[in-house]
Formats: sequence, C-alpha cells, structure tokens
Amino acid sequence: MYPSRFAYDAPSSVGEAIAILDRSNGEAKLLAGGQSLIPMLKLRFASPERIVDINNIPGLDYMRTDPDGTLHIGALVRHEDLEFSEDLAKSHPTLASAAALVADPLVRTRGTFVGSVCHADPQGDWAATMIALDGRIVAQGPNGRREIAMKDFVLGPFTNALAYNEIAVEAIIPPVKGTAKGGYLKLERRIGDFATASVAIALDMNGATVTRAGCALAGVGGKTIDANAEISAALVGKTLDAGTIAAAAEAVAGAADPRTDHRGSAAYKRQVVTVFVTRILTSIAQTEQKAA
Amino acid sequence: MALDELKIGGMGASRRRVEDNRFIRGKGRYIDDVVLPGMLHMEILRSPVAHARIKSIDTSAAWEVPGVRLVMTGETLAARNLAWMPTLSYDTQAVMATDKVRFQGQEVAAVIADDPYIAKDACSRIVVEYEQLPPIVNPEQAASPDAPLVRDDKVNQTTNKIFDWEIGDKEATDRAFAEADVVSTIDLHYPRSHPSPLETCGSIADYDRATGKLTVYMTSQAPHIIRAAVAMVAELPEQMIRVISPDLGGGFGNKVPVYPGYVISILASILTEHPVKWVEDRSSNLISTGFGRDIYLQGQLALRKDGKILGMRMHTISDHGAFYADAQPTKFKIGLMHSTFAAYDVPAAHLTSVGWYTNKAPGGVAYRCSFRVTEAMFFQERMIHAAANDLGMDQAEFRRVNLVKDDQFPYRTAFGFLTDSGQYGKCLDIALDAIGYANFKQEQEEARKRGKLLGIGISTMTEPLGAGNSREYDIIGIKMFDSAELRVHMTGKAILRTGAKTQGQGHETTWAQIVAHELGIPAEDIVVEEGDTDTAPFGMGTYASRSTPVAGAAVAMVSRKIRAKARKIAAHLLEVSEEDIEWELGRFYVRGNHERGVTIQDCALAAYSNVPDGLEPGLENNAYYDPPNLTWPFAAYVCKVEVDPETGVWDVLKFVAVDDCGVRINPMIVEGQIMGGLTEAYAMASMQYITFDEEGNCIGSNFMDYLLPTSWETPGFELHEVVTPCPHHPIGAKGIGECATVGGPAAFVNAVMNAIEHTGVRNVDMPLMPNRVYEALQTGLDVSGAPPVKGD
Amino acid sequence: MTSLYEVIPDAPGEGVPTRRVTITVNGEKKTLDIEPRLLLAHLIRQGLQLTGTHVGCDTTGCGACTVLINGRPAKSCTVLAVQADGREVETVEGLASAQQLDPIQEGFKEEHGLQCGFCTPGMMLAAKALLQRNPNPTEDDVRWALSGNICRCTGYQNIVKAVLWAADKMREQ
Repeated sequence: MYPSRFAYDAPSSVGEAIAILDRSNGEAKLLAGGQSLIPMLKLRFASPERIVDINNIPGLDYMRTDPDGTLHIGALVRHEDLEFSEDLAKSHPTLASAAALVADPLVRTRGTFVGSVCHADPQGDWAATMIALDGRIVAQGPNGRREIAMKDFVLGPFTNALAYNEIAVEAIIPPVKGTAKGGYLKLERRIGDFATASVAIALDMNGATVTRAGCALAGVGGKTIDANAEISAALVGKTLDAGTIAAAAEAVAGAADPRTDHRGSAAYKRQVVTVFVTRILTSIAQTEQKAA
Repeated sequence: MALDELKIGGMGASRRRVEDNRFIRGKGRYIDDVVLPGMLHMEILRSPVAHARIKSIDTSAAWEVPGVRLVMTGETLAARNLAWMPTLSYDTQAVMATDKVRFQGQEVAAVIADDPYIAKDACSRIVVEYEQLPPIVNPEQAASPDAPLVRDDKVNQTTNKIFDWEIGDKEATDRAFAEADVVSTIDLHYPRSHPSPLETCGSIADYDRATGKLTVYMTSQAPHIIRAAVAMVAELPEQMIRVISPDLGGGFGNKVPVYPGYVISILASILTEHPVKWVEDRSSNLISTGFGRDIYLQGQLALRKDGKILGMRMHTISDHGAFYADAQPTKFKIGLMHSTFAAYDVPAAHLTSVGWYTNKAPGGVAYRCSFRVTEAMFFQERMIHAAANDLGMDQAEFRRVNLVKDDQFPYRTAFGFLTDSGQYGKCLDIALDAIGYANFKQEQEEARKRGKLLGIGISTMTEPLGAGNSREYDIIGIKMFDSAELRVHMTGKAILRTGAKTQGQGHETTWAQIVAHELGIPAEDIVVEEGDTDTAPFGMGTYASRSTPVAGAAVAMVSRKIRAKARKIAAHLLEVSEEDIEWELGRFYVRGNHERGVTIQDCALAAYSNVPDGLEPGLENNAYYDPPNLTWPFAAYVCKVEVDPETGVWDVLKFVAVDDCGVRINPMIVEGQIMGGLTEAYAMASMQYITFDEEGNCIGSNFMDYLLPTSWETPGFELHEVVTPCPHHPIGAKGIGECATVGGPAAFVNAVMNAIEHTGVRNVDMPLMPNRVYEALQTGLDVSGAPPVKGD
Repeated sequence: MTSLYEVIPDAPGEGVPTRRVTITVNGEKKTLDIEPRLLLAHLIRQGLQLTGTHVGCDTTGCGACTVLINGRPAKSCTVLAVQADGREVETVEGLASAQQLDPIQEGFKEEHGLQCGFCTPGMMLAAKALLQRNPNPTEDDVRWALSGNICRCTGYQNIVKAVLWAADKMREQ
C-alpha cells in the first residue's frame, strides 16, 4: 500500500526526459498513466530509484490521421480518448471495440495506450490489437527516433525492446487500402478482471474480399499470441462465409497456448478463442451483407 | 387531533436517512478518519507461508529506520502472556506467532512508527526464517491419519478434528428412509467467501497511564463483547475500558471477531505510551480476517412418490482454519445449521456435523450468514431442486406439497424450532406470477430448439433471526438480549441509545421511527447513538439480523415504559385519575372529553417542572429485552437466466424477490437491505470465492483474484412484499438484513442448473464461473469446487 | 499562514527528496512540500485532513478513493500526489456549496443510494463526471460509468436511481 522511496522528475520536454533516463543507467522508470506502474510500486513489486513523469510534456496527447490513413497515437493519449472518439469507431473498429474493455472507466481516464503497450502485460488488450493491426512503436532516444514493429516490440512478459534511455513517443497504425473491419472480444468475469481469453481481429477488405487479415490473442499464453499467419492463411483472398470463418477459428485457436488455472482449463480457453473468432467474423460478414 | 404517523416519521414511513446528512458530505467518521494527538501507526508483518516453524526473526534492521518507535514479535507478547487469546468458541487463537505459523497471512511481527509509510519500510526490513511444513488445505487432508497436526500447541489435541456434533432423531429418520419410494442425494461444497466490507478492520488503542483508562476505537459490530473480551484478555478492570465503534463502512459479520491486530495495538499503546492506530490493508483483510462458509454439505431426502418428504439427513464437514474462532451461540457447534428445512413439513430429520482445523485463516461464521443459515438454506433449496427433478415433479408443485401451510402454525420442526407465522404459499404464488412461470416450460423448450438455454430457479425459505432467548442462546456464556435507553428532555426531544451497532442498516433513522410510533414524538426530534460502551447500554451487537428483532423490541419496550410514566404525569396535569386517561398518537386525553388533553411534550416538560407527589422527576428509562423466541421471516426468490452454451457465460434476465419480514419499520430501508443481500448472493453464485492451492497459498487475497461484482454485472431486482406480523415481537417486525444473502444464492444456481439440466448435470459448485458451466455442459458431469486448486 | 509555533520534524534521511507542489483543492490553492512517493489519497486524507475520500483496497480495484482531477474521475490511490502539481482536484467536500447540496448529493439521499456511506464520495464524483459529459444518461450509461466503483451494501440499483434523479434535477435547472 506504500511505495518505497524514489527520486522524481517531471520534465517538460521529451529531450529533457531522455537526458534523465540516459543519466540514470537503467534505474529509472517512466510514468505516464501510472495505472500499471503505481500499483506495482504500492505492492513493492517494483522499487525503481527514480521515476520520470512525462505527463507535463506538451504535445504528446494527439490522435492524428495522415491523408493516407495512417493513425498516430501520441504517448499521452488516454484509453478513454479512444473510447469516446466517434471517428475511431468508423475508421478503426478493432481499436474502438477494445477501448471500452480496457480495465474500468476510472483507470481509463489516466492510463495511456502507448504506456499499456510498453508495459507488455501478456493479458494486455492494446498489445493484442497492435499485433493484429501490424502497428509500430516510435521510440525516441539520445540518437534520435526509430520505429519498432509491434511483433519485435514485446520481448517477453513485461519486457519491451526499448533501450533504457528511450521513450515510446507514439504508436503508429498503418492504413488500410480498402475498408477497415474488425472487432475485439474479451471474456472477463467482471469489469476490470484479467481476460480469461480475448481476441483482436483486424481486416482490410475490398468489397467482400479480405485483402489483409490480422489476429492476436491475450490471456492464452505467456505473452500475447500472434495469430496473424494463421488468420491470413484462412482468409486472405477469400470472402467471409461459414466455411472460411470456421477454418479461421480453428487455425487461430491452434495458435493459442493457454494454461489451465482457476479461470479455466486450457481446452476451455481455446474454446473461447474459437467462439470469439467466429463471432467477430460472423458479425463482420453480417454487416457486409446488410451493406451489400 | 391525533398525529399522522407517516408525517412524523413513524413506522411505515420511508423516512430519508439521518446518517446520510454526514455521509453525502464526506463527513462520516470512520476509524481511519480518527486522529488522536501523538498517534503512532502500526503495520503488521504477515507470514507468506501457510505452515512453518519459525526458526528466527531478525528485527535489527527495522529498529534502525528513523521514525520507528517499537518493533514487536511473538516474544514481546508472550512475555506478557498475550501471545494467545481465547476465542468466542472456547478455543485459543494466536495473537502473534511464536513457535509456528499456521496459515498464510498470520501475524508474525509488528512495527509502530511515526507514519504508515515508515512502518511499512521498517516491516520490509524484518527478516524471518521459516522451515516449511506440509500444509493442510481441506478437511480431507486434515482427516488423513498421517496428517501433520495444525494445533500441536493444544494439550490433548491428537488429531485435526475440532468437534463432532449431531441433532435430531436418527432412528426415526432411518425408518423414514426405509419407507421411502425415492431417495434423493446431493453433495455440495459452499466455497469460502469473505464479507469484504469496503472499509477494512482497524483500531486505535489509547492507554492513558495517568488514569489507567484504555480507550479503543475499533471497527466492531459488538463493542460490548469487545470490552468484555479485552477485560478478560488484558486483565484490565472493565470500568477502565472504553470501546468506541465509530461509523463503520460495512460489517457483514467481518467486524465481529476479536482480531489479533486489535490486541497488538492495545499492547503497543501500553508500551509506547502513545495512541496506536492500526488500519489493515485489503490484502490483510482478505487473507486473515473472518470469512464465511468453506463447508461440505451432503444430504438426502426420503421421498414418497406423491412428492411428500418423509425424512431428511444432512452431514456437514466444515473447515474452520487454524483456530476455532466462530462467533455463534455456544450450544451450537455448527451454528443454526439445524434450521435447514424449517419452512417444510419434514417429520423426521437427523444432522451430523464434523469440524476440522486446517492451515487457513480462522473463521466460518460471517458474511450475512445468520449463524450458518446461509449454508443451511443453500443446502435446503439445492436439495429440494434435486429431489423435485428426481421425482419428475414441477419445482413449484413439489414445494407447495411440502411447505408448511398457513394453518399449521405454530409449527415445531423436526429439530425443535418453533416457527410461528407465515404465508409461504402466497409468497411463492406472487413470485411465480411475476416471473411468468406458467408459460416457462414451453418458452424453455422452444428456446432450446434454437440453441438458447433458458432456466428458472426457485428458492423459498424461512430463517431464524433475532438470536436469542436466554434459555437456549449465549455467546461465551453471555446471554443474547439487547437493550435500549431513552431519555426525554424537557422540550420533548429525546436521545436514544441501544446496545446494537449499525454498519449501514440505518439505525439512527429507524429506531427513532419506533419511538415515534410508540410516543408520537416526531422522529426528527430523536437522536440515536450507538457504539460507545461508556454510554450505550449493554448489548450483544448487530449481526445475524438480530437488531430489529431484539434491540428494536427493546426500543419499543423502553418507549412503552416512558409512556406509562407519562400517563401518570398526564393524569396529574389533567387532574383526573389514571383510569380516565386515553392515549392517541402523541397525546393523552380525558375519556369522554377528547378535546381535553396534553401532548407528550407537555408531559415531558412537566416531568422536570410539575410531577405528582410520589413520582420521581425526569422522563427516562431503559429496557433489556430477552426475546421469547426467534423470528421467522420468509422469502420466495425466483431467478430467470440465459446460458450461452458456447462459453458458459450466463446472464440474469429477471429476478423476483418476495419477502415477508413482518411489519416494516422503514420500507425504503428494508428494500435496500434486500437488494444488497441479493447482490451478495449474486456475487457468490457467479464469481466471488477464496480458494487455496496445494501449498496453502490463498487465491483471493486481493481484488484482482477476489471478484466483487460491479454495477455493470449486477442484475436489477424486482421486489414484492407480503406482511405477516411476528406474533411475539412488540411491533410485529422480524428482521431482514440477511434474508436475501441466505436465500438468494440457490435461486441463481437452481436457474443455471435448470438451464443445463438436459445434460444430466446435478450440481455445479459455486461460483458458477463460465468455465465451470461450460465444463458441465460438455461432460454432463457434476463440477466440484472444493480446494485445492491445481495448476497445470 | 502564520502559526504560534512550528514543530521541527526529524530531518528526513539522506537522499530523501521532497518536492514543492501547488495543487488546487476544491478551489483553494495549496502549496506543499511532499515526498514523491506520497499517494494523492494520503495527501488528501492526512495532509489536508479531507477525510471524505476513502481507501478501500490496495490493488486499484475499488474506486472508494475516486476524486476529480481537472474534471476527470481518477483513483487517487493510484496517482502520486506530485502528479497533481498544477492541477485542480475536487473531492466530495467540494460538492456542496455553502448554501446548498449538489443535486447528486440530494439524489443519493432521496433515493437511498447509500447505506454505510463508504463508497459514496467516490460514487458521487464518478457520477458528477458522467453527468458533465452526458446530462441525459440511460440506466446502462450510468451502470457503465460507475463500473469502476464498488459498493457492497446497496446492490447498485438505488445508486442508479440516485444518479438519474440528479440528472433529471440538473436538466430542469
């Protein structure tokens, strides 16, 4: 309930923040929303020497779409900014579906999208959407900026690819060529629970044909499960019908690596994945038919 | 000229609450809000392991943290004979571990410092060396012949068994089973659940060396019991102990026991000569304080083929943790478990019960359980549900055949309880009508064809409240009466104090309504106080829904004593004899001359200025009420659910509650109690439980694992009422606080069982989490919830 | 602020930085020297003696500590007090004016939206944030917005009624 002592800085620019990290030799932790870090400090699961609070840095709270449709999410965009964005529901249905399911409404006012991805919790909702959407993280350090593909960004549970003196300043979601379709389903026993299993699906569709498919799973493995290959093989170049949907569901469920615990057996969690893939794709297919 | 009772806030008025005035402004005074000059803060170090010998404790680094005043270990307490204390069940309990730790979370050391951050820093520097022993995590392990002994501290304790107990007529029951056409069996585990009031437990102990007085602020539902316990344990004279229970952020039975933290804080105050505050964090609360349930319920019904129950057998196996610390009436080792089937006409019954020590936190009687009646009624309604199915009878019809009929009252149950009133059939009819029961079977069949699983579950029960009469009931020898003291001031306002202790039930509002009813003094003119043992009359506290039946009765009785004296004063004022005085609400008048009268306020003023010869001045009295019998509210709860066959997720489509708690003092508050209780029932039925893994690690010691439903999951409830007054209670009330928690869970579970019964499943243990329901659907086999939980 | 005396505390140990922050609490500017590890909930409760904000858990799971920070509801146990520097914090004590209660407070009393009162401050502030964003919520909207605030007593039904009562009253005004 009471964190141990630490030193604290609240820089007012990215450069200043990087300089502090650079000097600290890996003993500093970044603080954005704090909804993952502060609970760990309180339980003393984390006892960093220094906390670098980036909340006072202006110009990091943007959500910006380029003319070509690329979405840029700044480091201080809060979960609820995504939840309440009406534009996002149309342009990025995968993100919009997930936003309301992250934690609870109070956590969503402070927790950040980018911070959550950096936290690299295997149960994390945003990490799953980033993999399904083939997102990238923009890291800024003493030597400038670099982009890290999401699939290279998470190295293991709670471990990301940032150097100790780098800050993730932005998440990039690449544009679709056709129409963006997608969804996110999560089985939680109550609001705020960790996922028993969750599924993120992102499709790029040209009319009724799937031109790109991405899928990732949370809660069913030691890290976020990348099922992009499985869903692509089942759907790319095809239309959504009972057969292709079933094939996709089976393939994706096969990629899951769940553990038996008090949320359920491994078989059960795989079943939930199967059902959720089916439901997300079926729902997309039905709205497609309605539109046609 | 008589007053309108509803307008003055009498009985039946949904009077808005007096307590709210401070709570909505954030001006409540809960334990952590209390600050005393010079106060220090205490943090407890708890064992990370379930069963281990303590090889060494090194506190030297803790002493070196600036701001630390005192570090205590079990030896500190043992030196003053305080390492062990008696429990409310005549066992002993460790205040702080000395030789061994016996459950994960047990108290091992304590730091007292200038502020809680420093206390935590210092606690983190204490180094304890444990030699781990194999832990016992369920009664089966406890009973095993080569099981290690949990209570090797007790002389003559050679096994892990705490007690064997039985009640009823074995021979008559055996005969009934011999005659039965059908025997139905059920085998349940009611998981460990924790009341988890939103405010945790805590105390501020302030020993004043100059006066010798010990003042303890404490989150206690029963401050007088605490005073008695502290007097015995700390060997301080009782008149020098003052226990003050401030505003409580919920209790639900969690704030009844005497916790080691309280005792340690008292000794810390004595040693440091400062007030010492201990407010536990949530993890400590969940891992170490009084839980409820954790019990196996096995039973059988002997049935005639026309649906009549001939006999009932029940066997319970209870897990009490490392110390037998249940707060319950002494005679009854497993609480009022034998109230099971009290609503039904069962001619012969036999109950056996065995209790075990395990390496888990102590407890078992808590969480709105009415002394294990939650278990008794859950067993009953799950047994009834299974029996109806075994007979091929409709659930409602089977209940109608066997529920006690209106004309059978007073009814003596097979276990000796006397139920005195009720309209069970009427309650059931209202509930079934409201849920749309008549068309349900058809609706269910059609839905099943479309792959949708609908179910309806019924739970009907009467339960014993208002413990209890002095012939049968006591806790550690103290009889379970309760009390009220009323003083009317000269301007006709009044102050009322009782031996109860509200934790959200609204006593400050409702007790005044009883006085308004009896005396015609407007409720807003009556201030109600509870919780300070220096001023409140002795009472056994508020739990087991006993306050309206017992303390509420005392409030009525003391008001009547006041009215009797006021009558004498009225006669004097009106210059007539007492026989010529009539009473209407708020006023005495001369018989035959309604216009000539005096108000109760006139009498109050006269009590201080113009009393008749031979009568003492003043207008105050007290009443100690020994209830002649328990009270017996009744409920019919019916739940309709839909189960998603692909995931096991289930949703409540509708929930109807029909409650008969006798006369309702404040209908709004009664409904609030019912909805709160139904939510607890929903919580336990759907997601909320504590379990243990094979190493004795507690799973459920924080809110990430111990799941409380939010406003989003919690269903809405449709409430109805029936009023059958209690024949022996002064105002006909029965009590309501726990009814919904007692009767509710079975309604949810029966509904889900009904939705999936086509698979042949008889039982899924609570909580009915989606994975369990799914597993049952897939296999058609029962799903047990008993610990230990296995990993993969 | 002048004082008749000043207690000189034991000097903090070596390397314990305190930080000066200015936080506006219920409209009043407060300047304080605090340790960075101090949680906002503790600053509010112990430092400022505003005890209406409550602490109910240790894993950011109950919402009893909810306050408004720049108008948005947040769990003050999961915010470092130093993070509130330059921000406006509103606690339950700031809801009522000197003359009258906030309609939300009235609604909670009118509809029996509280029993023990421990979750109530947090609930009311979360409700206030909801009604500022959505003055005409449905029951579902209310249940969704309050799903970060646990109540053990009421079963939520009357809390929802209380918020809808307040919404009605506020739309009338």
